[in-house]
Amino acid sequence: MMLGAFQYERPASLDEALRQAAAVPGARWLAGGMSLLPLMKMELADPPALVDLAGVADLVGVQEDGGALRVGAMTRHAELAEHPLVARHAPLLAAAASQVGDPQVRHRGTIGGSLAHADPAADLPAAVLALDATIEVASPRGRREIPAKDFFLGPLMTALEPDDVIVAVVVPQRGAHRQAYHKRPHPASGYAVVGIAASVLREADRVASAAIAVTGVASHAFRARRAEELLTGQVMTDALLAEVASVVASGQEVWGDLYASADYRRHLAGLTTRQVLERLWDDR
Amino acid sequence: MSTDGGAAHAAPLMGQSVPRREDARLLTGHGHYTADVNRPGQLYAVMLRSPHAHARLRAVRTDAARQVPGVAAIYTGAQLAGRIAPIPTAWIPPGSELALTDHPALADTTVRYVGDGVAMVVAESLAAARQARALIDVDYEPLGAVTSVAEAMDPDAPRVHEGVAGNVALHWRAGSDPAAVERALQDAEVRVRETIRQQRLIPNPMEPRAAVAEFDAADEALTLWVTSQNPHIHRLLVAGVLGLAEHRVRIIAQDVGGGFGSKIACYPDEVLVAFAARDLGRPVKWVEDRREHFTATTHGRDHVDEVVLAGRRDGTLTALAVRTQANLGAYLSTAAPGVPTILFGLIANGPYDIPVAATEVYGVYTHTTPVDAYRGAGRPEATFLIERLVDRFAHEIGMDPVEVRRKNLVRADRFPYTNAFGITYDSGRYEEALDRALEHLDVGAFRREQADAARQGRLVGLGVSTYVEMCGLGPSEVAGAVGFQGGLWEHALVRVLPTGKVMVMTGISPHGQGEETTFAQVVADRLGCAMQDIEVLHGDTQLVSMGWGTYGSRSTAVGGGALSVALDRVVDKARKIAAHVLEADVADVALEAGRFAVRGVPDRAVSFADVAQKAHLAWSLPEGVEPGLEAEASYNPSNFTYPFGTHLAVVEVDPDTGETTLQRYLAVDDCGPRINPMIVDGQVRGGIVQGIGQALWEGAAYDAQGQLLTGSLMDYALPKARWLPPIETDFTETPAPHNPLGVKGVGETGTIAATPTIVNAVMDALGSLGIHHLDMPLTPERVWRAIQDARAAAPLGAAGAGEGGGMRS
Ligand SMILES: Cc1cc2nc3c(=O)[nH]c(=O)nc-3n(C[C@H](O)[C@H](O)[C@H](O)COP(=O)(O)OP(=O)(O)OC[C@H]3O[C@@H](n4cnc5c(N)ncnc54)[C@H](O)[C@@H]3O)c2cc1C
Repeated sequence: MMLGAFQYERPASLDEALRQAAAVPGARWLAGGMSLLPLMKMELADPPALVDLAGVADLVGVQEDGGALRVGAMTRHAELAEHPLVARHAPLLAAAASQVGDPQVRHRGTIGGSLAHADPAADLPAAVLALDATIEVASPRGRREIPAKDFFLGPLMTALEPDDVIVAVVVPQRGAHRQAYHKRPHPASGYAVVGIAASVLREADRVASAAIAVTGVASHAFRARRAEELLTGQVMTDALLAEVASVVASGQEVWGDLYASADYRRHLAGLTTRQVLERLWDDR
Repeated sequence: MSTDGGAAHAAPLMGQSVPRREDARLLTGHGHYTADVNRPGQLYAVMLRSPHAHARLRAVRTDAARQVPGVAAIYTGAQLAGRIAPIPTAWIPPGSELALTDHPALADTTVRYVGDGVAMVVAESLAAARQARALIDVDYEPLGAVTSVAEAMDPDAPRVHEGVAGNVALHWRAGSDPAAVERALQDAEVRVRETIRQQRLIPNPMEPRAAVAEFDAADEALTLWVTSQNPHIHRLLVAGVLGLAEHRVRIIAQDVGGGFGSKIACYPDEVLVAFAARDLGRPVKWVEDRREHFTATTHGRDHVDEVVLAGRRDGTLTALAVRTQANLGAYLSTAAPGVPTILFGLIANGPYDIPVAATEVYGVYTHTTPVDAYRGAGRPEATFLIERLVDRFAHEIGMDPVEVRRKNLVRADRFPYTNAFGITYDSGRYEEALDRALEHLDVGAFRREQADAARQGRLVGLGVSTYVEMCGLGPSEVAGAVGFQGGLWEHALVRVLPTGKVMVMTGISPHGQGEETTFAQVVADRLGCAMQDIEVLHGDTQLVSMGWGTYGSRSTAVGGGALSVALDRVVDKARKIAAHVLEADVADVALEAGRFAVRGVPDRAVSFADVAQKAHLAWSLPEGVEPGLEAEASYNPSNFTYPFGTHLAVVEVDPDTGETTLQRYLAVDDCGPRINPMIVDGQVRGGIVQGIGQALWEGAAYDAQGQLLTGSLMDYALPKARWLPPIETDFTETPAPHNPLGVKGVGETGTIAATPTIVNAVMDALGSLGIHHLDMPLTPERVWRAIQDARAAAPLGAAGAGEGGGMRS
């Protein structure tokens, strides 16, 4: 497999990047290349130009910013998985990043690329959803912020315009929350058959608040709102967990494939949610 | 780099785990694979493959594609008709009513599977070739497709080939008289019956296929570098298909990155590339890509089997009947007809003494990728059936599966043992291997743990498989009798140079099995020279006189046999020269540790290297002895070899997800003496992992239209190291009495034994729920569903508790 010819740009700044992309209709951003290059090799994408974001300083780095964590779009999964600030303020993001693909993929792939690509079975979309993150975007028209909950629209479909570039992901710090990401990988692809990201605030024996995001199950990652409502303010019991498990995918058009049918996926989503919540609840 | 022995040595190297000498080159990127071959002025070929499983080609328009700069030629089936002979089938089992059909190198009027070749583009660059391919405009008229044997055999089903009724490619029977089988089954106290599907597998060696062809017009000579397990067979077939003289065709397959059977066949691709090189007068290179491999390279297995096993309540097996429908795909690949017949049907009784047994096989054409040999080829399928049925039988009569096996294993004093299909097992101590395995795993203790686990709602299981396989293919007379269109003997040439260095030319074609090392060990011991003074050469028909290649675990058994005989001849001649030098009687001179010495007078000696020099100088040779020191041998084995063993596995099934976790895997194998225990161990482990792959993860699937749903490594799950338990291996050693080295072959045993071992273990874990058979692969969902169904069917509270599995001991 090989690629056809294309123009290649490697800008040093965001402005330059936006200019270069605007100059060639159909140009695509290149981040880690872990999703885009396979598409091109399989002749499913044929962009006339790639604008490589690797040299754009504005897109790198993880910083504390007020009450939030600001993660540059070009942050690689491996860095996310190991960064002390991420571990402290958003451990579920680190956990999700650590379960992406294999070491090679984690050292190339980026959070910006993963969110922009919006694979329905990718890990990071569930993480940013559960964390109520905000996606910072720039375009020739200026900057704007998109809440994670409004970002994912369908398989490989997001709220981004073609000339939008993700600059950073801003994650509210939730040190007091218990967080976890649990993934059941597909044996061939390694992507999530079911991935559950959960962030729970416990007060005594009650759930003060809960955020649960699900990936791998439907056309895009989603928040399990019904399950969250059931949990909020309640005393944690087995009966509650069973009820929560039964509604994790409710309202979703659950999909199936050769490896896991829709029924089985729904079952796994409930089971996994339950297991994640049990584990979080019993922690310490 | 060389860790493999310095000067002439006294201690035998056979039996030592000498590190593989090929690894330094292979692991540092210095291998010479076909894709590494680049010839001056070479062109690049790509294939346009059918996206339809079955369609008529109304038109293949190449005008626009030809306009792409750099395109040298575009070939279509219509253009090639009559210029390239059909791709041959080289195994025609007698009595199989084989419905041979034409397999054109490129489809001329009809495409018959997704991946069938429609056109070949040859261009100055790969990019140009691909660009042009995208511009070929094919007008397909899609037709109805059949992908399963059940559909294909329906009288109203679409036909893969005109004139082949019911799509039946072959119908073959073996074993006891059908009436006798019927009677034995009727009369039996106990019968168990099962329909078993053995799913289609996709080989996926690390290296995909490739071919580079160069044609010398002046000499009418073709050189073809090709990923081949059997260069001489390729020479024969490629010459035949292209109408070239065999002596003007040179096949080179130097390093080959695995094959698992998928590089035995002669494919359209290498023939097309060779044709284009001749037609265009320039070298042409083609390299398969991974996605192409999924549809364009032969697949393996794909059976539906109806099996009945009968016996007495005391555990004695009395009769076996196997009725198989084997999916052969759209065309009969090179060895395909022999795989579900000869290599499967003659050993259906496994290691058990079953007096009455028969197999009946329908081989069926479907609109799918052709199916051919895949590691084990027929024998894994046979072993899976008998091993599953023995477990079912044990459950039925309430006896421990281990005991049923013990009771029926062919006893050590019965060898040579002729089974109900008329083949003769050479030697075996089956019970010893079983006992050895049980020394490592205390079944009684396991049963107690299993019962404890069951009380906690956990499902753990133990799987057993005792197996025998027929390998070391094989006696050429038998090859002829079973319709294999070739010999199965092997050739070796041992050439000792004036300095005493040794070159070995072998007709086998190792592609990962390590015979460069093992063969050198054999030579080093026999001649007493150092490993580094020995070169083992293979994979080039210009270099090696003749050979039939590497498959069927034959390389060390048959190729090693030839080597051994050739070495005897070299030593004989050298001994004569040594006796002459030492002025002693030939009978009094013996070779030991690299020196010929007069018996009883150890200091009257001459080194092997000195003898080699004298042989070449020829200044003074004994009467009638020719100058030089080399010998060749063609070894035609008198029988197959029959390795055997016992494998055990412990698994746990998560009832909530259906997921199987492997806890232990234990293999006791007997392949005769092990020349290099490390290499043998590696073969066993690799085979086991592949066998587990079939049990738990791998499986090709087609949709109703014949589209391959598992067409990439994103969908088709190959085993991953982190899913595997540590594999424990042990060995017993029963020599093959008829083999010069006593060796039996070990390339396929793991694959053959592991699949039923794992499935038996999972079924043991699920036995308490009343689940006794599930189709492979045992994916979590399939197992989970079975558990759900069993629980729904069982009276409340009954399922899950009670005795763990059907086994008690
Ligand atoms: C073998 C393998 C296994 C994998 N396994 C997993 C897995 O288990 N889980 C998982 O979640 N993912 C997995 N991935 C995908 C991986 O996470 C990718 O890194 C990710 O999907 C894309 O990130 P990237 O940086 O490589 O983006 P690229 O491939 O460079 O780009 C992807 C898309 O995003 C666009 N893009 C990139 N950056 C930006 C930006 N800043 N703003 C706007 N658009 C942008 C590109 O134009 C392109 O359309 C796997 C990939 C491979 C090759």
